[in-house]
Order: sequence, then C-alpha cells, then structure tokens
Amino acid sequence: MAGAETDARSRMLGRIRRGLKRGPLPESVASGLTERLKSHPRNLIPARSRIPRAEQLALWKANIVKEHGTVAEAASEAEIPGLVADYLASQNIPPVVRIAPDPSIAALPWGERPLLSVAVGRAEAQDTVSVTPCFAAVAETGTMFFPSGPHHPTTLNIMPETQIVVLRQSRIVGAYEEVWDLLRREQGSVWDGPTGTRFMPRNVMLVTGPSRTADIEQTIELGAHGPRRVHVILLKDEQP
Amino acid sequence: MHITSPAFKQNARHALADANLQRALSNARTGFVEKRARAVAALPEFEALREEGRDLKNHVLAHLDFYLDTYAKAVEANGGTVHWCETADDARRAVVEICRAVGARTVTKGKSMIGEELGINEHLETAGIAPIETDLGEYIIQLRKEPPSHIIAPAIHLNREDWIEAFREKHTALPADRAFAERKTLIDEARSVLRSRFLAADVGITGANMLIAETGSSVIVTNEGNGDLTQTLPKVHIVLASVEKVVPTLEDACTILRLLARSATGQDFSTYTTFSTGPRRAGDLDGPGEYHVILLDNGRTSMIGTEFQEMLRCIRCAACMNHCPVYGAVGGHAYGWVYPGPMGSVLTPSLIGVDKAGHLPNASTFCGRCESVCPMKIPLPKMMRHWREREFERHLSPSAARFGLGAWAWFAKRPWAYRLAARLGAGVLGIAGRKRGRLGALPLAGGWTDGRDMPTPEGETFQARYARLKKQGLV
Ligand code: SF4
Repeated sequence: MAGAETDARSRMLGRIRRGLKRGPLPESVASGLTERLKSHPRNLIPARSRIPRAEQLALWKANIVKEHGTVAEAASEAEIPGLVADYLASQNIPPVVRIAPDPSIAALPWGERPLLSVAVGRAEAQDTVSVTPCFAAVAETGTMFFPSGPHHPTTLNIMPETQIVVLRQSRIVGAYEEVWDLLRREQGSVWDGPTGTRFMPRNVMLVTGPSRTADIEQTIELGAHGPRRVHVILLKDEQP
Repeated sequence: MHITSPAFKQNARHALADANLQRALSNARTGFVEKRARAVAALPEFEALREEGRDLKNHVLAHLDFYLDTYAKAVEANGGTVHWCETADDARRAVVEICRAVGARTVTKGKSMIGEELGINEHLETAGIAPIETDLGEYIIQLRKEPPSHIIAPAIHLNREDWIEAFREKHTALPADRAFAERKTLIDEARSVLRSRFLAADVGITGANMLIAETGSSVIVTNEGNGDLTQTLPKVHIVLASVEKVVPTLEDACTILRLLARSATGQDFSTYTTFSTGPRRAGDLDGPGEYHVILLDNGRTSMIGTEFQEMLRCIRCAACMNHCPVYGAVGGHAYGWVYPGPMGSVLTPSLIGVDKAGHLPNASTFCGRCESVCPMKIPLPKMMRHWREREFERHLSPSAARFGLGAWAWFAKRPWAYRLAARLGAGVLGIAGRKRGRLGALPLAGGWTDGRDMPTPEGETFQARYARLKKQGLV
C-alpha cells in the first residue's frame, strides 16, 4: 500500500471514530466481533423452505421454473448425455457442447452419443452450449450456486447462450445459509485472513434462471448478456 | 457530472411538459409498485427482515472502523488490493493509474452508482481510455450522452423509439434499413455488439452491492449477467465501492439480499448474485489476474454521528423513488445529480453540499410513502426536514423557500401537476385524492395558511417550527 493511501486509511478510520465519539475499539470488543465473524450466526431464515423433503424438492422446481428455467430428470448418470442431446435437438441447437473439466461431468458416457461433439475446458467466444455441475441449489428461490475452481471455470456459466446444469437432487437444500455451510465444510483451509479459515473460491455465482433485462420499457426479455436458456438435468440420487 | 440540482424547479417544469418523458414514466410507475407489493405479500417474514436489516446496518455503522479494517485485511489476504480513497478525485486517480499500469485501451463497465458519482467515464476518456457501459440501460444512455435517471433502471425515461434511433445512429456497421420488429431485436443487437467489447476489454469495472468482512468478497447483483462478463474476462477487475457497503458475514449478506430484490424489482432474487474474492487462483482457467477495490469515502464518514447517519443504511434499492409521487411526476433528471428521488434528496446535499442541492429536500409532499417502503427503514422525511432546518439556519433559501415550500409549493400552485402527482401516489395522497375536485381551491400552500396541517409523519408541524425558529430569530 502506498504511503498516501496509508494516511487516507487512518484519516478515514479516524473520522469514523470521531463521529462515533470514541477511539479504536477496546481489544475485548474487537475480539467479540471477530468471534462473531468466525461463528457467523444465522439471522432470520424464512420458514417457506423448512418443509418435508418431497415438498422442498417440489418448491425448488416450482421456483426455478417460475424464473424461466427448465428441468429434466435423470434416473442415472448414464442417461445424462442422452438428455443433453435430446434437449439440444428439441431446441434446434447444434449438438456441440463445452463441458466443465469436473470428473463428475467429464466421466459421463459421452461417447455413446457420437453425434454430440464434446470439448472440455473454459468457455471460448464461439461456444454456444455449456454443461456444468451445480454445487448446490436452494428451494427458497430456486437459486443454484456455482463456485469457481480449476474444474469449474466461471466463463461456462455466463458466456454460452445455453447453459445445461447437472444438479444432484441430494444437493438441493432449503436456504442460502445451508450452502455457505456446505462450502465452509467442504472447502475450508487455513488462511492468514482475519477469521483464520478460507473457504470462498475466487468467484461464486448464484444463478436463478436465464439472463434477462427489463431496461426497454420495463418489460422482461430473456437473453440479455448471459445464457438465454438454463436447462437443469436433475439427477435423482436420493432414495424416496 | 454537471450538477443542475439548483435548477430543480425549472427542471421539474420541463419534465412535466415533456410528453415522451411522461409516457415513459407511466410504464414504470405501476410496474415497480405492483411487483414489489406482490413479492412482499408473498413473504410473511418481510417486516421482520426489515427490522433485522436495519439493526444489522446500525451495528455495522457503530463499528464501521472495525469492519472496514477487517474487510481490507481479508481482501489483502486473498491477494487483492484495497485503495482507500477520501475524495472522488483520489478515486478517479487510482482507477486511471490501475488502467495505465496495464496499458488499458478499453474498459468495460458494469452498472455502478459510485461510477456515476465519480464521473469516471469522462475521466477515463480524458486519460485516453475508452469506457464501455454494458448494462443495457447504461449503454443506451451512454450512446445518448445523458446521465441515468433512476438508480436501478437508468433508462426508465426512454421509449422504444429512442432506442431504435440511437442504435441506428451509432451501430453504423449494420445495415441502415434493418427492421426492429420487437424489443428482442434491440436486445439481440446490443448483445452481439457488446459481446465483442467484453472480449476486447483490458479492464472491467463493477460496483458492489455489498462487501463482506468475513471473506473479503465483493457482491454484485444483476439480471443481465453483464457484471459477470465485465469482471471475469479482462485482465484486471476494479470494484468501485463506498465505505458503507460492508457487512460482517455471508449470513448477514443473505438478510440484505432477501430484502434487496423484492424492494427493487419485485423479484424474489435477482438472476445473478455474484461473490468475487480476489484475483485468479492457481489452476483457475479464467478470471482476472488483478483484483482492486476502490474504497470511497467522499463525505460519508463525515455523516457518522450526525442526524444523517441513518442514510448510510441505504442499499440503493430504489423503492423510495418508485413510490414517490414527485419522482413519478418529474423523473430522475430533474434532481440534477446522480441520486434522484427521496434518497437523493437526503444524500445529495451531504455529498455535494447544501448550497448546490438545497432545493432537493423541498421536492417532497411529505406523504411518508418512501419511509414506509424503505427496506432499511430509513426515516427519509425526517431527514429531509433536517436539511430544511439547516437551510433556514444558513439562510440559503430564497424568501419563498424559507416558508418551507420551495419546489413543493410549485406543485401546490399548479393543481394539474399536483393532481398528476397525487394520482401517481396511488392512495398515498389519499386526502388530496378524495378531495380531488376541490384541489383547485385547496392548493396545499393555502392549506398552511388556513391552519391546516399537512400529514407529516412525525415531529412538529410547520407552524410550530416556524414559530420556534422565529422566536430564535432564525427566520
Ligand atoms: S433510501 Fe431506502 S428505499 Fe430508498 S434506495 Fe435506499 S434503501 Fe432503498
């Protein structure tokens, strides 16, 4: 940090403290606030997603459909390439896909669909369809979480006109807070930041349906800059 | 941005006489109000969330030094850089330096009210760097070289013909006689023109709806996905954020997010809510190599400890202007600077000075609707009154405005304008509405002299205040 900015920092913090009529927080108070960051207590979570499992799944689906997503169900992983090909055919979209380099997607039996041309990696300008795994989704609003990482390039979520999402039913939870806790549990590592644990990937996109705009005459049109279509293949990996 | 706030009255007069503007505004009025009402009615906990949101932001403001410092340390521990900027000038300089360091020629921009506050586009242009707005609403107004007129729907004052005209004029590489059959044709054209800009840009600039102290993340909320392309594709991502945007944890961010989209567009959740945490990491196939946060003060820390501190709870949802009869009648440009409507009437004098924006707190009927819909429960009418009191004290008002009327009196003296405003208030101005036939004989200014109180949400009446100020020799 440059010297001038160090001064700016102390002047800004100083003005805040003067406004609050106090000096820097006493250590006891500051450590209490740090503890709160580490324990991250939940605030009020709407009751709408705390419902029996079958209803929770139905709520997720109703919400993503309300937000213009479409959903197909797969009974097994082996069915997924066929469902991708069928969906593209039904929409008259050329059968060329860019898939995430995630083992759960790359290892699917794509070879059984020879008409489907499959490339692996991040999205490039010419890519029109992506296939991406979803980390978890929430029933509360239908929202799907896509954390970035070497296996999960962000460009796949945003550049192609069509995003096909593979979501495991077991990864549908009630509320956003549950997904943050999944991330904390599954991706936490030691960190020299203020809380001592890092779990946030570089980028986490929360996606609730296809891209849209209401900038022209306040009327919603789909397909502004991001995907025009978000099609979810729901893998039924839970026993009823 | 050129400030025309002192000319609010003239601006308002022009706006009311502008038939195209009135047509555009009529699209907006009912849309936002009805959509919000439906979304709020569908969430029984909405009121409880508002209370939590207010308390949360109050907690943050009471410990803002701690949370900013913690946030900045978290950003740095993620490999990002925080630029503490006291003034708009400092922020502009920092942005240009970052761009120059990577030899940037073009910069894509997501929608950012801080960007407007800085006038960053003009500044980049002066430095020989081309800024390209990518939010469709911001894009069209950039083509038309005008400022936004609303904080979440910047082109709300335009009609479809305005888009067609601008696209024909500026997209000269396309056939001049092409047809624009529907709105979708316009959107497709903008999408393809802007996609090549996204791919070519050296730097991407976005705003931030929130900053998270726990993780060092910045959060943007969009429906188009333009913000994500802006921050993912270029080499460098610059976040423009003001100090009051920080919240402690991801859980706290969720509370705000549950309020934000419902209050803004009436959606349960926006299409894209994205958390960015530092630059590209080892093994990543995409993402920016540098991540910078411009942490802007520009007068905000001086609001702490004053009667305007509560304004720093604002999450820029625009519900207050969507429900404001004055905004609905005159639109955003009449307010003359970046932030229009009730939140602008309170914030603008804090940021650019009461001498330049002293009229704005008068641009109110004090109907109280803004406060009643504000997700952060900001007492906007009370703060507008505080500004008016300061104006009295500083004797900045012309004699008519010293009676506490100002622009509002202008409405009151013009029953047709007032009726329009009242109609837009949709039940808000119930009293005026019910007596609509008598409004001509009941201009509100007359209401004062008749000993009739305007329904002010709280505090003393005008007469009481006037009497008190007079006794104190202030008027
Ligand atoms: S003042 Fe309240 S209603 Fe207005 S933009 Fe800010 S948060 Fe929204």
